[in-house]
Amino acid sequence: MPQPDPEAVAEAVFAALAEPTRRSILSALAARGPTTATGLAGLLPISRQAIAKHLDLLAAAGLVLAEPGERRRIRYRVNAAPMAIAQSYLATLARDWDGKLARLQRSLDASAPQPEAAPDPAVPGG
Amino acid sequence: MPIPDRIERTIDLAQPPQRVWEALTSAEGLGAWFGHRATVDLRPGGTAYVEWDDENGSKATMTISVVEPPTRFAWTWGIQGLPATDPRRTYVEFILRPSGGGTRLTVTESGFAQVPEDLLDTAYQGNVEGWRKELAELADYLHAAA
Repeated sequence: MPQPDPEAVAEAVFAALAEPTRRSILSALAARGPTTATGLAGLLPISRQAIAKHLDLLAAAGLVLAEPGERRRIRYRVNAAPMAIAQSYLATLARDWDGKLARLQRSLDASAPQPEAAPDPAVPGG
Repeated sequence: MPIPDRIERTIDLAQPPQRVWEALTSAEGLGAWFGHRATVDLRPGGTAYVEWDDENGSKATMTISVVEPPTRFAWTWGIQGLPATDPRRTYVEFILRPSGGGTRLTVTESGFAQVPEDLLDTAYQGNVEGWRKELAELADYLHAAA
């Protein structure tokens, strides 16, 4: 399998999630498991044709996988790997070293110079 | 915009390197500024656990990589928000340099953009297939019991 370009993978995930219909489709597949386009049309206020079009786009981006089967009976399921790559991008934003280092500085400033002294219990964390 | 692989921050602290080292590497220190409770087995290959008193009961497990008091401390840990089975780890390194009477502390965390070759076809597909297999076995079991 060729090495995927993480930026392209993350971009495909965020583009898919930016569109409400595709978000609904992915949410429904995540919540209910593998489902056909017809099945999704019964769950969402969207025509089967529109759902099929979005499923083709999602499958081309690798975000859903089509199970082999006769055309109308093809079931689609979420492919988790691209989501995990996008998640690692979000993690760089969520690590919050700025907040952590500010707490380190406050903690050191608040504690007595001698290491034996008790640390300040009122340092907010998170 | 490319995915950043590396986060780097530098901060000047009023305390000398030995005090900053203790804050970074002791259970008391990590429990005061990083999380709310911590245990530390301070040696290369040792494990540190940190817990937070938040609504999710967040926890982190770090594998300590480098212990060079009082100048260099490093650990690896998993990526936040990913399943524990995800093979990816980021590398966190603290460098302490004397600066005036205090310390210039630099922290770098790297490895966010890594995509291990086995990610697509092993870890995740493995999980998906594992669940499908488990559920199929459960269905067979219930069917047989009916």
